[in-house]
Order: sequence, then C-alpha cells, then structure tokens
Amino acid sequence: MNCIIIDDEETARMIIQQLCSQVDELNVIEDFPNAIQAIKFLNKEEVDLIFLDIHMPDFTGFDFIDTLKNPPKIILTTSDKNFALEAFEYDCIVDYLVKPITLPRFLKAIQKAESATTETVTEASTELPSKTSSAEENELYINIDRRLIKINIPTINLIEAKGDYVLIKTEKQNYTVHSTLKKVEEKLPTDLFLKVHRSYIINIKKIIDIEDNSVLIAKDVIPVSRSNRPELMKRLNML
Amino acid sequence: MNETPNLIYIKELAAGSEAFEQKLIGIVKREFPDEKDEFLKNYTSKAYTKAAENVHKLKHKIGMFGFEEGYQTAIDFEEELKSSNTSLYSKFILILESIEYFLKTL
Repeated sequence: MNCIIIDDEETARMIIQQLCSQVDELNVIEDFPNAIQAIKFLNKEEVDLIFLDIHMPDFTGFDFIDTLKNPPKIILTTSDKNFALEAFEYDCIVDYLVKPITLPRFLKAIQKAESATTETVTEASTELPSKTSSAEENELYINIDRRLIKINIPTINLIEAKGDYVLIKTEKQNYTVHSTLKKVEEKLPTDLFLKVHRSYIINIKKIIDIEDNSVLIAKDVIPVSRSNRPELMKRLNML
Repeated sequence: MNETPNLIYIKELAAGSEAFEQKLIGIVKREFPDEKDEFLKNYTSKAYTKAAENVHKLKHKIGMFGFEEGYQTAIDFEEELKSSNTSLYSKFILILESIEYFLKTL
C-alpha cells in the first residue's frame, strides 16, 4: 500500500515512518507538515492510505478529508480521544490511533486497512440496502429524560453534531439527544434531508438562501463542504 | 510528582536501531523547547485557547517519555484551559521541566 503521512509535528511523522518501516506491505512515498501541501500532492498522485493528524493549525484533518473527492483509506492519528465519534461519520476512516502509538496497535490498524480493501471490493458488487421503513414515515421519536418525544419530521430545520450529542432544531423547539449524526441520518427521508457538512444535516425545504459555502436556514448559517456542494445543487429546483 | 521520564517507548520503537533513536531524540530536543516556549508565551499573555493547543501538542511528548499520570494531567489541563481555568498549571509545568532536564542528560 502506498501511503503518505500528514502531521505538523516532526516527531510524530518520524515515529509513523518508523512504524511503517516495520510492515513490508507499506510504502511511505511522502510526508507533509500540513494539509495544504498534501492536497497539492494528491492532485497529482494517488495513494492507498493516509496517516492523518486531526489537530493541525489552520486546516484540521476533517477539513482535509472534506476537500477530497474520492478519499483513500485514512488512519487518523491524534492525541485527542474526543474525536472518535466524529471519525465514524466518515466511511474512509478505517481506524483511529491515539498518540503515542505503539507497534501492536499500529499493526492492528494496518490489518483493518487491509480488510477494508477486501470489504470494499465485495460491497461493490451488491446494491446498497434501502432506508428503513421509519425513514419513510413522518414521525421521529427521541428519548429525552426517559420520555419519548414525537417530532414531526418535516418540521425539522436541521440537525447539528455536538460531540456525543446531536442538536435537532425544529420550527418551534430545539432538542439535544445522545446520538450520532449518522444514526439520525438513517432515520430521515433522503428526499428531504441532506448532509451538507460533517457536522450538519439540513432540511432542503427550509433553505432560505445559499451563498458560496453556506446556506441560511431560519436564522442559522450552515457551512457546506466542498464535497457536498454538488449534491446540494443537484437537489435544488433551479432556473 | 512521582513520575520521571524514561526512554522505554522510544527504545521499543527503535527496535535496536541506535540511529533511529538518536535521530528521534535529536528532533525532540529541537522541537520541545520551542513548543514549551510557545506555550509559556500564550499562557502568560492569557491566550488560553492557544495555550490549550500547545498543551495538546506537548501531550504527545509527555506520553512518549512514559508519563502516565502526567499524560492525564495534560489532558485535564488542556480541557481546563479551554474554559480559562488554570489550576493545573504548576503541576503541568513540573512535567515540562522534568522532560527539559531529562533531554539535557541525553
């Protein structure tokens, strides 16, 4: 597997190089101290795997992933355990390594990356499963303080990821629920809702206006990732 | 503080390669003082969000030198700084000084 390393800390880059050198299947072709240099490189070259630090000045690891049209497999490297949940929002992320990285844990991550390759090949030959029936209905039940509260789905303006929680904003009220954006997305009708950013799902019918990289919904300005913008534009009934 | 820095992690990583060990220590010796200085600069000017980012980066080196309690202190201090709380400063600075002294002996 051809791979690159992106980390603003030289010590971390050297450690990952050393760990890679102990795996025959890995070939480190380049390392970068920032995401911008890596993007320039990836515009010309293809790689199979990226070791990516999340916490970098100016441009985070997640910002970097959002810029990639067809991201390769990514192993996140970080000193912060708090991003683990967010990492699972991305299909391309195969593992999450907390620094300082040990060899046994590193090898486990490589195994995951290798098996992810196999799974992708297998999945390619089958159709994606359809959404659950609840997504076709107009009601969503959320659990707040042991009470199940019914939300009328079309009244939802947007859903925002907030660490281990999601904030559901409806026309009249906001609800904070212990869940992930991915789980909520599975419960929503795809014709009405679209994930426009790693932290936001919006109700397309609630859009007031759109600027280059953001949409206005009620009083909220929501960022739109570069990779999600084409799908958003496709969904709009434009003159 | 009961913990002292050690080279266990670096030696395991080196797997017998003296060249790697020396090269890595050389990089740490160069990076660490700069990271510490930047942290102190931000901390003394009360730029706590930036100081928290500096602690985040220093956390890796603290872990590399075998600090376990110290690593947790760094995690807690980073969180603390984000809400402009500084109660763990003296504990954290002792860890940095301990690493600084240790690096001089290598």
